[in-house]
Amino acid sequence: MALPKYTEPHYRIWHYIYLTICGAVFFFLIAPLFVIFPLSFNAEEFLSFSDGMKSLDPDAFSLRWYKDMIYGTKNPWGLAAKNSFIIAIFATIGSVILGTVAALGLSSRHMPYKGLIMAVLISPMIVPLIISGVAIFFFMAKAGLAATHTGIVLAHIILGTPFVVITVTATLSGFDHSVTRAAASLGSDPVNTFMKITLPLILPGVISGGLFAFVTSFDEVVVVLFLAGLENTTIPIQMWTGLREQLSPTILAVATCLIILSTLILVTAELLRRRSERLRGINR
Amino acid sequence: MSSETKQILTTDGIPLEVSLKKAERRNKIKAFLLVAPLLFFLIITYVFPIGDMLMRSVDDKMVTNMLPKTFKAMETWDGQELPDEEVFEAFYLDFRQLVDNKQEGKLSTQLNYTKNGFKSIIKKLRRKSKNFEEGNYKEQIMAVHKRWADVEYWKAIKRRAPAYTGQKYLKGMDMYKNESGEIVSVEKDRRIHRVLWLRTLEIAFFVTVFCFLMAYPIAHLLATLPMKYSNLLMICVLLPFWTSLLVRTASWMILLQQQGVVNDFFVMIGLVADDARPEMMFNKTGSYVAMTQILLPFMVLPLYSVMKTISPSLMRAGKSLGGTPFIAFWKVYFPLTIPGIGAGCLLVFILAIGYYITPALVGGASGTLISNQIAYHMKSTLDWSFASAMGLMLLSGVLVIYWIYNKIVGIDNIKLG
Repeated sequence: MALPKYTEPHYRIWHYIYLTICGAVFFFLIAPLFVIFPLSFNAEEFLSFSDGMKSLDPDAFSLRWYKDMIYGTKNPWGLAAKNSFIIAIFATIGSVILGTVAALGLSSRHMPYKGLIMAVLISPMIVPLIISGVAIFFFMAKAGLAATHTGIVLAHIILGTPFVVITVTATLSGFDHSVTRAAASLGSDPVNTFMKITLPLILPGVISGGLFAFVTSFDEVVVVLFLAGLENTTIPIQMWTGLREQLSPTILAVATCLIILSTLILVTAELLRRRSERLRGINR
Repeated sequence: MSSETKQILTTDGIPLEVSLKKAERRNKIKAFLLVAPLLFFLIITYVFPIGDMLMRSVDDKMVTNMLPKTFKAMETWDGQELPDEEVFEAFYLDFRQLVDNKQEGKLSTQLNYTKNGFKSIIKKLRRKSKNFEEGNYKEQIMAVHKRWADVEYWKAIKRRAPAYTGQKYLKGMDMYKNESGEIVSVEKDRRIHRVLWLRTLEIAFFVTVFCFLMAYPIAHLLATLPMKYSNLLMICVLLPFWTSLLVRTASWMILLQQQGVVNDFFVMIGLVADDARPEMMFNKTGSYVAMTQILLPFMVLPLYSVMKTISPSLMRAGKSLGGTPFIAFWKVYFPLTIPGIGAGCLLVFILAIGYYITPALVGGASGTLISNQIAYHMKSTLDWSFASAMGLMLLSGVLVIYWIYNKIVGIDNIKLG
């Protein structure tokens, strides 16, 4: 953002102050994430930079915490990762199916009580997690689903569907309904029309909603803390326990892996968003 | 058009109006059937359980069910003098029943909540009541311990008669009902919940203000830079947004600890002495810093999406009409961003007011919020009805804010990334 040549000096100074402030805020946003990388390669057991690391001594760096994460004795990370992925995948599938179907109904102009129903459907996103946690725990305890994978998957479906509903409804808002009418007039039944016409067109919205649902489940700790037993431990639970009790650098190795995972998700989500905007004809 | 106009008929001979209405209704049902699975799923697993919280928070049936005969007999008691034989007899019968079912321990715990001193006299009564003779229970019970002859204890029992109570809500506000039925506050130094409510509001408010002050310039920069630069900078906003909350909290724990990077830096530039490193974690500072960074993307994204729609020619027009850049900004640009400010601020405030994980990890004792208290009662004291009451108090606060949000921005305008 170059300034025009005629800018007066004091505005020029203001402009550079503004850019400095922006730079500082961006630094504040992103820098904390990068502290984790180098420290996860620490050869020592401390969570601060050793003198060796500051002078870039190669002996001060090691992969021991990554080894500990994978091979460590009595380490919980393997089970936690397995549980996290199983729960997140099933929760995503459930949220995507329920959420997409509901969004289809919601974007019909015939839908009665749209505002009220929308408010109910996205309420799990607005209600503070701790309250959702208490309420879902009461339900699961009564239904005998506390400390089971099924219970946690159902809980995460509750928390994940609002994201799918919102993204798919947004995609459908730019959807041209005459294509489905055209399909119907050519003799296609509704299910066929949905699979062949509607779904491919709204797919970017569905997938990005699914990504939100996946991340929500994969990162969720408040509700799981109420629901999980020892067998259902997840990565967030292990991190929570680790951060509360003994801060070991193994947590930083796990955190590094999680940052890499979230980078992948971010790239996918960005690509999808652009594709979806192109399809909806929004040019920015 | 007059009413005499001939009705238009479809090819089947049905009036068009009727046929249209029928089609309309069919479409309505179709749309509803699509929404129904999710709606009923949420109602059963989510909306009803929140109703269940409401029931639990006012439920006080335990004592009511344990002493049914006593409370029946107490209906005619005026509550001034000691009750008469009838009440004592009913109490004795209820009590024998409880002892037979080994429930008298629960009764003593419950009654002790209402008035201290019940525990020991109930224990004594259990021992002595085995040898009670039939008739004249009043004298026999009063002989067990002098407190059984004290009318205050009988009044305390009577106070537990109603099946529902708002007592947990009063407790959440550090108030209680005293012996004469007035609602009063607890002593000043025991008002822990009011401190927590105020602190929650204070932290949520200041986190929102900090987020706004930091997000506004960068959202503006992102919206005005050419695409190829702004996309790169957008990653700085989106990467933290997609990164696990616990990872971000962990990085703040590393940064803010006494031997941490921030303190190292302060020592290096000579701001503080090496042996006087300030405590930045396990207090309010920790909560403020970490929550602001974690919630910042939620402020940037709505601001950005509003600013993106503001044409740069408006600012140029303002300037060409003689405004300085500051006046043009204040009179033209800023008012146009108000919808984004409203959306961002309320989103951040709602999220901050119910925050749990980050304050629990970096907040220490002075940086924890009301959510931490709810979790504490759910997991440690197991006073679920109190946790429910506080949860609902928090929820009603959030709903009020949400209602305002809906009035200003509309729930359909929530944007995600």
